[in-house]
Amino acid sequence: MTLLATESLTKTYGGRVTALADLTVSVEPGIIGLVGANGAGKSTLIKILLGLLPPTSGRVQVLGLDPTTDPAEVRARVGYMPEHDALPPDLSAAELVTHLGRMSGLPRTVARERASEALRHVGLHEERHRAVGGYSTGMKQRVKLAQALVHDPDLLLLDEPTNGLDPAGRDAMLALIHRIGTEFGISVVVCSHLLGEVERICDTLVAIDGGRLLRADRVAAMTTATDVLAVEVSEGTEELAARLAALDLPVSRDGRLLLVPLADDHTYDLILGAVAELDLPLHRLDQRRHRVAELFAPREPSHV
Amino acid sequence: MSDATGVIHDIGYQRYTGPRLGRRQVFGALYGHGLRTVFGLGRSAKAKIFPWLVVAVVTVVAAGLTAVRSQLGQVVLTYAQFADAMSWLVIFFVAVAAPELVSRDLRSGVLPLYFSRPLPRGDYALAKLAALMTALWLLLGGPQLVMFLGAAFTTSRGMRGVWDELLDLLPGLLYAGLWAVVFASIGLLVASLTGKRAFAAGGIVAVFLMTTPVVGVLSIMPSRTVNELAFLASPSSLVSGVGTWALGDLLTQGQEGGIPIGGFGPVYAVVAVLLVAACVSLLLLRYRKVAAR
Repeated sequence: MTLLATESLTKTYGGRVTALADLTVSVEPGIIGLVGANGAGKSTLIKILLGLLPPTSGRVQVLGLDPTTDPAEVRARVGYMPEHDALPPDLSAAELVTHLGRMSGLPRTVARERASEALRHVGLHEERHRAVGGYSTGMKQRVKLAQALVHDPDLLLLDEPTNGLDPAGRDAMLALIHRIGTEFGISVVVCSHLLGEVERICDTLVAIDGGRLLRADRVAAMTTATDVLAVEVSEGTEELAARLAALDLPVSRDGRLLLVPLADDHTYDLILGAVAELDLPLHRLDQRRHRVAELFAPREPSHV
Repeated sequence: MSDATGVIHDIGYQRYTGPRLGRRQVFGALYGHGLRTVFGLGRSAKAKIFPWLVVAVVTVVAAGLTAVRSQLGQVVLTYAQFADAMSWLVIFFVAVAAPELVSRDLRSGVLPLYFSRPLPRGDYALAKLAALMTALWLLLGGPQLVMFLGAAFTTSRGMRGVWDELLDLLPGLLYAGLWAVVFASIGLLVASLTGKRAFAAGGIVAVFLMTTPVVGVLSIMPSRTVNELAFLASPSSLVSGVGTWALGDLLTQGQEGGIPIGGFGPVYAVVAVLLVAACVSLLLLRYRKVAAR
């Protein structure tokens, strides 16, 4: 089944500003990254998918339904997490998510149960009974995600879910989204202006710029075959680079990171051995794909 | 989850296959939520102070009137005159309740969370409006009921007296409903224009109070027609005008009262209907714009 499909979708505001131009794209269920610079048309596309904005021309389908003619039907099966602050400060997360669950048509008791479930899944426990006004940005983002999840949608539309989060918060949010997409059986569209961020969790990438489609493809098809390991040590980066080079590993620098192509599991052992021998404080060692940024237009902002 | 081994940290995600309620029930849930919000139920103690203060004042006034009547046998205020006398309190009540219902949502940005759900955007506005109307009607109708009960229990004419009293009460409740519809429509429209509660409250009070002097000026103009149409200029006197025309003696019960609108009664009724219709249409238009943002 096709998750989303658009056909020559065009949206102009007042006949002058073009937000989307002749966008034709079709994606399968999974985790979809919708990337583009600010003002590329991501939010406009989301509003059209939700049936909140009528397209100027062209056709659009969400979960096999047409949001321009069946908006209620579409919205019943979609969860939306907006980009901007959207939480009344004086309500508790539990009350808010319960109320919004009822707004999605859940009976009262079911709404209460599913609200605490959804909040638990996003990692909010006892604090869910406190007023949202006192939450950190990370917790607020989690509440916004929980309210999108409360009515068990088939598709989540997340608009810049990592906005305003620190690196650890970003990683946690992305891991959570990845879990929703893989374990919960819910398809996810993640909007972001940071390609480097979404490419880690998505299996399909759709890149738009100036309302036009740059490229849409499976991530697997975009990335080159080899993966790289990123190594970060708190000190002694130079020593480690020299040591790894001496071990015949083609090491390269990327800021504070050392990048080593991953040949097989043995590469891990070599790096860990080198770090141990030099007695360096290892900060992180993780595997990542080649950045796919270079596959997109040069105007595309690459990564953080 | 069959294995009850005490693992509580993760029982996995459960899909929901139960019933999903339709538009009517969702509207009802939002309406109920709005009605509770107006009276501060389910909210902080601070949010309860003002609404319940007003409720207390109108109830005490009604109880006082009832006591006077039962002791002296004198009707100080009829049901309708009670509603008129309480109009200032109703205005302040609207000025606090309407921003609480809509301005708060505008400010916190929670509306996209509503509009991304099946509920049509018009339903949001109409449910809030219905909640405010009901709250205002309860605010005026509740004390009227207190007055009725007082009168019914102290009547000296048995069931006959209770029946007559009931016939006096019903037009009073109808009149209270008229107040509620007109004031809620205007108040909610004004409040929906701004996310700042203080501005919204000020705007509502201004609309109701600034128009009163206009009535005053028009009613001393040297033209009888202008005088008789003067009461159209302010929502409060407009409501009184419609009441005088539609319910007439039922409201004043033979006492002095009503306002001199001459033969223009139908004009008042038409203007009131148009005013409410215009407010509701503008409110719906307003939310069409808000939803598309």
